Amino acid sequence: MSDYDHHHDGEHDRPLSGPALRVKALESLLIEKGLVDPKALDELIDTYETKIGPRNGARVVARAWTDPAYKQRLLADATAAIAEFGFIGRQGEDMVVLENTPEIRNMVVCTLCSCYPWPVLGLPPVWYKAAPYRARAVIDPRGVLNELGNEVPEDVEVRVWDSTAELRYLVLPERPAGTEDWSEAQLAEIVTRDAMIGVANVTLPARSPK
Amino acid sequence: MTTSIPREVDLGALPALPRDKEGPVFNAPWEAQAFAMTLSLHARGVFTWREWADALAAELAAAAARGEPDDGTHYYEHWLAALEHLVGAKKLIPSEELERRADEWDAAARATPHGKPVELPRGP
Repeated sequence: MSDYDHHHDGEHDRPLSGPALRVKALESLLIEKGLVDPKALDELIDTYETKIGPRNGARVVARAWTDPAYKQRLLADATAAIAEFGFIGRQGEDMVVLENTPEIRNMVVCTLCSCYPWPVLGLPPVWYKAAPYRARAVIDPRGVLNELGNEVPEDVEVRVWDSTAELRYLVLPERPAGTEDWSEAQLAEIVTRDAMIGVANVTLPARSPK
Repeated sequence: MTTSIPREVDLGALPALPRDKEGPVFNAPWEAQAFAMTLSLHARGVFTWREWADALAAELAAAAARGEPDDGTHYYEHWLAALEHLVGAKKLIPSEELERRADEWDAAARATPHGKPVELPRGP
């Protein structure tokens, strides 16, 4: 599989360090003992996705689509360009933005755990954390994309990027045709979380925003 | 998404919960996970909200007594410590078991080559 380039510098030194490790230990024991229902936990957590959710990332994407100078800054130094919005991670990890083009599709995974750019995307969805996605995204990215309803033409290159604790990725999807006269705010509304992970395209809603 | 915080949970009873007018705010996923576990255990009747608020207040007071800055940045670490103590006090999970499990996850994560999902070895 030549699609997969292992693009990362750092390693997950302590992928489950500190409180994240203790939460994992507590959660797994409570689930085993039947004291918490993982589905109920996911639902509660989902509630907060809207809170620190993917809207932040959508605003970044919409600005990059409408402001060429911003896009240039974003691709050159994503951490700084994203910080212009005040979206700053507490862990100080570096952000890299990957631009989709007609020839190249980018897709983000964290094979080891679930590193995720939460300052811009909020909490990771359940499938992102699940072993099948983590394991299969690197082995068979096209198959995974197909299953997610996103067939990629054979002549388009798929690049898979493996997040680490130090380096997190955000995909800059292609701006859909037919949105040339849309405002930045209108565009931000159609940018989805999945598009910024790289497993979906941005599409026009059935009804255009007012 | 229709799930909301159960009505009987009085978040206002908690000391200095980091929140805005739309609800609690989190700085990392594990904070939201610790928060969700607490609400979930309370909903099962494992502890009362008063017990929880007292346990959390005790952790925050202990941190203040140690001279730690009270700027909210460590709030959920204290939250997690309170939760660990409470599940121990309720004899749900002994602290030794919790320590052992954390070590197991740590070892599994370190032993897992990059590119493979972290899984715990199958138990007997």
